Amino acid sequence: MKKMITGSAFLFGDNIDTDQIYPGRYLELVKPDEVAAHCLEGADPSFVKKMTSGDVVVAGRNFGCGSSREHAVITLAHAGVGVLIAESFARIFYRNAINLGLPLLVCPRITGRVKEGDIVEVDLHGGLVKNHTTSEEIQGEKLSDYMLEILQSGGIKPLFKKLTADM
Amino acid sequence: MHAIEKILAKAAGKEKVNTGEIVKAKVDFAEVNDIYLQTIYSFYEMGGKEVWDKDKLCFVFDHYAPAPTIRSAQNHKEMRQFARQQGLTNHFDVNAGVCHQVMPEAGHVWPGMILVATDSHTTTHGAFGAFGTGVGATDMATIMISGEIWFRVPEIIKIEINGNLKPGVMAKDVILHILGQLGADVAVYKAIEFCGSYVEELDVAERMVICNMAVEMGAKTAYMVPNHKVLQYIRARSSHIFAVPETDEDFQYAASYLFEVDELLPQVALPHSVENVVPINEVEQVRVDQAFIGACTGGRVEDIEAAVNILRGKKISPNTRLVIIPASNEVFLTANKRGYIKELVDAGATFSTPGCGPCLGAHQGVLAPGEVCVTASNRNFPGRMGSTEAEVYLASPATVAAGALKGVLSDPRSEQEGVK
Ligand code: SF4
Repeated sequence: MKKMITGSAFLFGDNIDTDQIYPGRYLELVKPDEVAAHCLEGADPSFVKKMTSGDVVVAGRNFGCGSSREHAVITLAHAGVGVLIAESFARIFYRNAINLGLPLLVCPRITGRVKEGDIVEVDLHGGLVKNHTTSEEIQGEKLSDYMLEILQSGGIKPLFKKLTADM
Repeated sequence: MHAIEKILAKAAGKEKVNTGEIVKAKVDFAEVNDIYLQTIYSFYEMGGKEVWDKDKLCFVFDHYAPAPTIRSAQNHKEMRQFARQQGLTNHFDVNAGVCHQVMPEAGHVWPGMILVATDSHTTTHGAFGAFGTGVGATDMATIMISGEIWFRVPEIIKIEINGNLKPGVMAKDVILHILGQLGADVAVYKAIEFCGSYVEELDVAERMVICNMAVEMGAKTAYMVPNHKVLQYIRARSSHIFAVPETDEDFQYAASYLFEVDELLPQVALPHSVENVVPINEVEQVRVDQAFIGACTGGRVEDIEAAVNILRGKKISPNTRLVIIPASNEVFLTANKRGYIKELVDAGATFSTPGCGPCLGAHQGVLAPGEVCVTASNRNFPGRMGSTEAEVYLASPATVAAGALKGVLSDPRSEQEGVK
């Protein structure tokens, strides 16, 4: 995991649910690159074409609500989304993102402070968002040490691999 | 401490837990549904060899039952192989039903337990006084290896519901109303206890409806103090010995909300959000192309019965199709024994075998662009039941049946036998 993540912003609204992030009709797909092709298709079908690796998704309240499908995180991670910023995240989505090593930041004051296409930089350790286009800094919530440790290991799988190797 | 905190403390081997603390809890029962073949891949990827307990893990094939595509058939095949290899003692194949109905029926749910499943609606089991919560594939794979999972001890909010419903109004209307009032994110990272005179008297099925949709408010888990109906249900199905944890009198809730339901009208959640709720009399004329009764919210015997009470001896509108999918084989057989299946087929309904079906847009009645569906299931997000250009209205099974009868969204109270 990079300490600082910089990319251009794509804006989404409140309550972007996992069906919009990854429509249910593709749930039987398993391979990550196939899953990545449908990223955020329910909210913006052209998103995958427009974005480039490392770009930043900025959303409102309750991002990732709805079903527990991990496809929602896999699709974002493998499409190359660098970091997610939202006013709040749904609980299962949040856990899944941490477990799979997809960086995310809770930032209750983000709405209205970033426009589509702005260049933003995220400092995960400090929980800070810098909007380079407007030169504004927006403080979000710092991740707990436990979450940072999982993210830094690249997700919970590498941590568990160590554990099973010792078993 | 709250009963929920006592459940977590016990599972973590601690005397006491505090809000916000991270605890490692032992899982009493874990379930993986057929979307989650990934759990097996992740299990091996992380170095898993044998699951932690062959009696405490099961697969339920419900989302794609029976398999509608070659891909889902392959997923089933690999999961079946794993279940056999590992010698899992419980397995629910395509002939069982929706996991949240099947597990309590088979006696795997009891008060004070920790139940984790790869499905967000695992909050349903708060109806039985269990701590039920949903997780993703990777979390589940870690449970399959270790039998444990970390939880943050949640804030707990109280939703008190008092009063008696008018005839023709159902538990689904109550929870839709609450969702509309409190919003889809009122309980994010929190737990919800439902209580009050209405809840105390509720049947098992109605309690399940309310706890099921707690997750639509973002809740990590839901809880109801088990009543005598629940205890009776569990004792008839499980030999498990359990103690019902009790909330201490001095417990402080993070927030409290009060609802009186005596005057509540049937409710409808308009497209495309579960919190977009209005009473039926405020809905303008809406054409109904498909009506759906089923899913872990609205596919129990009581829900099918509500439809029978409206459709008995009548025919649904020629412009509408009514899809009914019992939540489990037990439900299917009971409805059949009572003659409901015949009455509904005579009225023009299409039955499919137990499972999730169109609830998640997988099969057995998905929607075309521009179509309108009124459904007893729990989500109306864009694309949930098929095309992203379809419109989904959430309502009670009675309202769904009335919509099928009239071909337009209608107040069930004017259609129900003996109700004026
Ligand atoms: S019936 Fe619908 S909500 Fe329930 S588990 Fe199946 S897909 Fe999920």
